[in-house]
Amino acid sequence: MSESRPHVGLFVTCLVDLFRPSVGFAAVALLERAGCNVAVPAAQTCCGQPAFNSGDRADARAIAAQVIEAFDGFDYIVAPSGSCSGMLSKHYPELFADDPAMRARAEAFAARTHELISFLVDIRGMDAVEAHYDGRVAYHDSCSSLREMKVRAQPRALLDTVAGLAREELAFSETCCGFGGTFCVKYPDISNKMVGDKCDDIAATGADTVLAGDMGCLMNIAGKLKRRGSAIQARHVAEVLAGMTDTPAIGEPEG
Amino acid sequence: MQESRTRNFIGNAREALDDGNLQQALDKMKSGFVERRLEARARLPEFDDIRDQAREIKNHTLANLDYYLERFERKVTEEGGQVHWCATPEDARQAILKICRDLDAKTVTKGKSMIGEEIGLNDFFEENGIEPIETDLGEYIIQLRREAPSHIIAPAIHVLKHQVAEAFYETHDQFDPDRPLEEPRALLDEAREVLRQKFIDADVGITGANFLIAETGTSVIVTNEGNGDLTQTIPKAHVVIASLEKVVPTLEDATTISRVLARSATGQEYSVYTTFSTGPRRPEDPDGPEQYHVILLDNGRSKMVGSEYQEMLRCIRCGACLNHCPVYGSIGGHAYGWVYPGPMGSVLTPSLIGVDEAGHLPNASSFCGRCEEVCPMRIPLPKMMRHLREREFDGKTGPATMRTGIKMWAFYAKRPWLYHALAKLKFRVLGAFGRRKGRFRRLPGGAGWTAHRDFPAPQAGGTFQAQWSARGGKRSVDA
Repeated sequence: MSESRPHVGLFVTCLVDLFRPSVGFAAVALLERAGCNVAVPAAQTCCGQPAFNSGDRADARAIAAQVIEAFDGFDYIVAPSGSCSGMLSKHYPELFADDPAMRARAEAFAARTHELISFLVDIRGMDAVEAHYDGRVAYHDSCSSLREMKVRAQPRALLDTVAGLAREELAFSETCCGFGGTFCVKYPDISNKMVGDKCDDIAATGADTVLAGDMGCLMNIAGKLKRRGSAIQARHVAEVLAGMTDTPAIGEPEG
Repeated sequence: MQESRTRNFIGNAREALDDGNLQQALDKMKSGFVERRLEARARLPEFDDIRDQAREIKNHTLANLDYYLERFERKVTEEGGQVHWCATPEDARQAILKICRDLDAKTVTKGKSMIGEEIGLNDFFEENGIEPIETDLGEYIIQLRREAPSHIIAPAIHVLKHQVAEAFYETHDQFDPDRPLEEPRALLDEAREVLRQKFIDADVGITGANFLIAETGTSVIVTNEGNGDLTQTIPKAHVVIASLEKVVPTLEDATTISRVLARSATGQEYSVYTTFSTGPRRPEDPDGPEQYHVILLDNGRSKMVGSEYQEMLRCIRCGACLNHCPVYGSIGGHAYGWVYPGPMGSVLTPSLIGVDEAGHLPNASSFCGRCEEVCPMRIPLPKMMRHLREREFDGKTGPATMRTGIKMWAFYAKRPWLYHALAKLKFRVLGAFGRRKGRFRRLPGGAGWTAHRDFPAPQAGGTFQAQWSARGGKRSVDA
């Protein structure tokens, strides 16, 4: 493994690819600042979670095999998402339980896979960023970051080094925002109650910005805030840490 | 068996979300249980080690379930009691009815029992001219309101104080109709006064069991009100109704598991009463029942042994998964439509009454994982819900539109070149349309999302992959 300047394959995630490319570029910038060689394999689409969580195991397996193949040879696989990195590192091995050869590959792949912010802090030893953000910020923990990838302290530690930024804690930081992938469209009324509660919690902190490490939560939360006419802005945490906040926040008009 | 309303889950949930009283009650429980559990856990540094021990005890027991159940029966018989093996709810009801008939029972007092709900015992008693009296305060309240429990340890959690008073004014016509019932203490005193004589008059007392101990033939109940003790000691017969996975090998095993039970449930170190009952009254005992029966219910559980759902049988019914579940917290217990609500119910219910009947339950989860995180028995609830979804998907019993949608999406996701070519086109268009407002209030086919939320528009400039290609960004380790 070329530890001096490791090769990192960026798992872009489908939501960043399609909805918010600026997060991908922020991730690349942060990884390069952390001394990594970054490449983006073209043969990636999605981590397969929509299939996996809908009970479509066959398609989830096919997609997992494709991702493992696409990232062959990289020292690390890094995703700007707890949900997708959780799928890659916690669930891929499970998908190949009955296939010892693939299972071994999936486990080796899983061991090299990280969520972006925890990778920067825990693996690359990053303890500060050079960025500026004028705002009161509430950080939302995605469930998969928190529980599957053990990401909690790392983004908070880096955010606390951003100049001009004041950080607030949510009262119910461990509660799901109600996104849950297909859950939010299969059970919209329940999901709406959950995201409503989350938005109340965010508003109660007095923050003007909500940050998170997962685009799913962010689109859900931003969508609800905008529907309510709230001025609170939603961004991916990588944008703020990379100092790349000149793009409009999620759900805000261009220009 | 209690009738299921789970097919109408979406409608039930809608009703629950619109019920102001219920929402107020749910709001109140949002932090209490959670905080108390955290505090109790912090006071016991070895909490997580005990969880591991508890899990191993149950795993060992389930791997040798036949042995421990027969051992339990042998000991109960030696102590002068009787075990009734009941494969179905009907078997259980008939066994209980026979015990009551033999004693010419008119009234039966009951401690809190979820098995009683599972076999629809109260309705059955009434149909047969026997009056059942719930003695747990929460159960008593919902009996008056003719409701099912909405929580496995706090059955009346959905009822507000003023609704309790209403139920008391309506039912307790022996008291002054102008008496004040605003204070919880007044409600408690009144319930106590009504129930006291019922305990004394009852012919049969029925309790559930938190544990059945194989080495001693003992049943154990864990309670906070003392009603269970009065229920089981005063009448002529004590009938324990329990499902077969309640068995543990030894007294020590029961105490090990009980160290995580109350802490996970209510945040108490131990509940106020932990009562061990072995056989009927012996000659030297100052009190106790003349008969001791254990109704041992299977109702589909033995089929779970050796299946993907075996781990569910470790459940000790602490309710921690309900207390921490954002879906339960949004809709309460009744919306789930059968006996067991919340995450544990979302696995147990389809296992017991079928995935066709209860297919909604394992689907109605955001997979936030908090239930598994707090489960004292480390039951992988999300994993089992996912497995139930797989069964539904493979059996093609779920909604066809969802299935077709996933299949279509997967077709593209498995073909990166086609996927990226289409995404490039589609999201360039979508980005151009959405740029001005930054979001969509409505999207064709996206009502599930846009009924409640705006849909953030994609950034202008095309997909990340398209932009990365345009910049000539690196694609592999070498290039």
